[in-house]
Amino acid sequence: MFGAAGIIARQESTLIIEALLLMLVVGIPVIALAGYFAWRYRAGNKDARYEPEWEHSAMDELVWWAVPFEIVLILGALAWLSAHTLDPYRPLASSAPPLTVEVVSLNWKWLFIYPAQGVATVNYLAIPAAVPVSFRLTSDAPMNALWIPALGGQEMTMPGMVTQLHLMADGPGEYTGLSSNFSGEGFAGMQFPVYSMTQEEFAQWVAQTKAATSSLDWNSYEALAQPSDNNPAAFYRLSDPNLYTEIVNQFMASTSGGMMMDDN
Amino acid sequence: MFGTLTLSAFAQGPIVLGAQLFIVLGGLCIAGLVTYLGRWRWLWDEWLTSLDAKKIGVMYMIVGVVMFVRGGIDALMMRLQQALSVGASQGYLTPEHFQQVFTGHGTIMIFFVAMPVVFGLLNLVVPPQIGARDLAFPFLNALSFWLFAGGAALVMLSLVVGQFATTGWLAYPPLSELQYSPGVGVDYWMWALQISGAGSLIAGINFVTTILTKRAPGMTLMRMPIFVWTALGSMLLVIFAFPVLTATLAMLGLDRYLGFHFFTTGGGGNMMMYVNLIWTWGHPEVYILALPFFGVFSEVVPVFSQKRLFGYTSMVVATMTIVFFSFVVWLHHFFTMGAGADVNAFFGIMTMVIAIPTGVKIFNWLFTMFRGRIIFALPMLWFLGFVALFTLGGIAGVLMAIPPADFELHNSLFLVAHFHTMIVSGVLFGLFAAISYWFPKVFGFKLEERWGVRAFWLWVVGFILAFGPLYLLGFLGATRRLDHYPAGLGWQPLFIIAGVGAVLIALGVGCQGAQIVASIRRRVQLRDATGDPWGGRTLEWALPSPLPEHTFGHIPQVESRDAWWAMKKEGHAPGVLGVPGTDRIIRVPANTPLPLYMAGALFLACFALVWHIWWLWPLSLSGFLGCIIARSFAHETERPVTL
Repeated sequence: MFGAAGIIARQESTLIIEALLLMLVVGIPVIALAGYFAWRYRAGNKDARYEPEWEHSAMDELVWWAVPFEIVLILGALAWLSAHTLDPYRPLASSAPPLTVEVVSLNWKWLFIYPAQGVATVNYLAIPAAVPVSFRLTSDAPMNALWIPALGGQEMTMPGMVTQLHLMADGPGEYTGLSSNFSGEGFAGMQFPVYSMTQEEFAQWVAQTKAATSSLDWNSYEALAQPSDNNPAAFYRLSDPNLYTEIVNQFMASTSGGMMMDDN
Repeated sequence: MFGTLTLSAFAQGPIVLGAQLFIVLGGLCIAGLVTYLGRWRWLWDEWLTSLDAKKIGVMYMIVGVVMFVRGGIDALMMRLQQALSVGASQGYLTPEHFQQVFTGHGTIMIFFVAMPVVFGLLNLVVPPQIGARDLAFPFLNALSFWLFAGGAALVMLSLVVGQFATTGWLAYPPLSELQYSPGVGVDYWMWALQISGAGSLIAGINFVTTILTKRAPGMTLMRMPIFVWTALGSMLLVIFAFPVLTATLAMLGLDRYLGFHFFTTGGGGNMMMYVNLIWTWGHPEVYILALPFFGVFSEVVPVFSQKRLFGYTSMVVATMTIVFFSFVVWLHHFFTMGAGADVNAFFGIMTMVIAIPTGVKIFNWLFTMFRGRIIFALPMLWFLGFVALFTLGGIAGVLMAIPPADFELHNSLFLVAHFHTMIVSGVLFGLFAAISYWFPKVFGFKLEERWGVRAFWLWVVGFILAFGPLYLLGFLGATRRLDHYPAGLGWQPLFIIAGVGAVLIALGVGCQGAQIVASIRRRVQLRDATGDPWGGRTLEWALPSPLPEHTFGHIPQVESRDAWWAMKKEGHAPGVLGVPGTDRIIRVPANTPLPLYMAGALFLACFALVWHIWWLWPLSLSGFLGCIIARSFAHETERPVTL
């Protein structure tokens, strides 16, 4: 929440702070009241009124059913609205056309595929600043979740399925990304740097990466997908543009038909 | 002969060796002590074969405390690893070992600490509060306990023979499937939960039946103590939720043993179904644990405020509202799994709705204190600590009920801090209040206060130090279950503070141990001669302490709520219900070792399944069935007690 550097993260942080303040308005008085009553009505204080049989007051009870109810009404509205405006599946409005990044969580590293750019990386995410990034997430390992706290919320990755996440960085910067869903032995090493750069820098980076010596197709992917931990960043030319679809659909082989699990 | 079990299952490196020796030597020491004192016969006759709810309650508590120490050591190990393992340092645990430790910690604290103390407390308090001598099904009650103990033993055994799961306490597939977890760890986890879960379900049925059918004449539902209401709510949840756990684990078992594809990657498996099912059980489980302790506070606050409970009817309505809504919030455990905004928002709002009755309960407790005469005995201290922490933890929880807020907090240490706040204040503080409150009823002498007060402050301060930093770390983007993190993130100081907090909590636990020892040494001065040491309001305080074997000399006619309070006003003396009525011979359940044998057989069967010892499990299962048949031939299931 601290150090939000993207439109989603900022809105989520604001939401967190607003909701917290709203609830503390009730919570702090409750705790204070507990302290005050405890002190005021201590057994030693004979000045305080003592009404051992007082046990019911319809009006009072109505009030404390109503107070949390009101708060929940407000928070509920907030939840409904924000769940829709900040739905991770919702594309972000921007004049810039979005960048699509296909994400595969592996044991125990992240593979990022840039289909339009024809490049791929491991444990290294480069994105253009102020451009919406549309992540398509899957896993070829246990479940993970992609989380770049500075840019916005997380979304889980699951084998054979595609989930979505839309984020946008405000400006150039360097952030940390990680997996937030425990996935086994090398889980702690699934952290990666996120570089947000100007569009020119990004284009330059793509060109540079395209000149990489290693290329990624199904065969080299299968080698990459073998378990390994604390992988350093790696860069690939993407020689199979359908690699991501193949990764997602590989589990369909044993069932009939070639149904695509990607809901696009 | 031994399936997949080989000698290598015992060789686990020096740290585990220490634990293995500790368990084995500890067991030998206890056995030696019992032999030295010549207490085997006593142990067998008075405890292990007893069907008496009062004894079974104490045994639940003792096993719960032992497991609490184990789970607490796990917690300290995690705190130490995370304080050390930064940057170039890898700490002192391998990732795999660290993962066993956090899986063990979560599993043990929920299934083998929180659950048994709930059942233990219900065993000790529900029958005397409703005017019953025993539960509806005493044999099943002993079976529940022994099945739970069998599960606990299986978890402890995994430390000595083989490994425990490394999957996290809920073992999400596909990580928990054979493909990614081929070892015995998940099997140990699964079978331990299966047998203890079966015990829980049986206990749930037993308590609901008991509460509905065994109340004293005149005790209508709306005259029941609130603790009994919350016990009823909790046990109804057990009945509805635990079959889901059993079925889910059975499906995982079919995947792992027989090549099914319920939750596997590929083959048509769907891991999301597991996540939904496990939380369909898992969220009600939270209230299974919390509700009885809300009930404890509803007993403690009026007694120590010397005033009636405020808003009895609201309390009942709030309790039952929580019971209902606890089944429609499960999805908030995975807002980030790609459900649409409508679904997420619905479950978020339901989660907030469940906070309303909880809030009402807090207000009712506060207004019970209002215009009372508050005595700051230990149970009341724990209550005040609970109110402060639980309110803050609840706010953190409602915050995460807003789906987009959860996206930035889910599976972070903020989440970990939130649910520890709820469980430590709700369950553990409630338990400590309950122990201080009912200890004299069970053992006949009060606990001494000084060590208890020290423990209270160490717990509160330790808790704030241990979990305050975790809330902050969550805001900084630290996720749970990390055995290592880079130095540049700046998290280490916060982890060190959290470690200091954990040590303070451990000292608090030490004070509680000292409190028990000091109380035993001073038991003569602390003796509860009247049976009503606190000015109680409910029936158990009209009985002598400790409770006699037959509990009630005669069963009273209940005329109102706070039945004992009303009787006192009519001039009845303490201990009045211990006095025999016209019935001079009371029949109590006769001892039998069959529940112990049955659980032992299932324990062996599960051990055989873990290690694929294919001849042993049918044999053990036959033993189990044989016990059931033997029981069906037992004529003398009761024995008379002459008053």
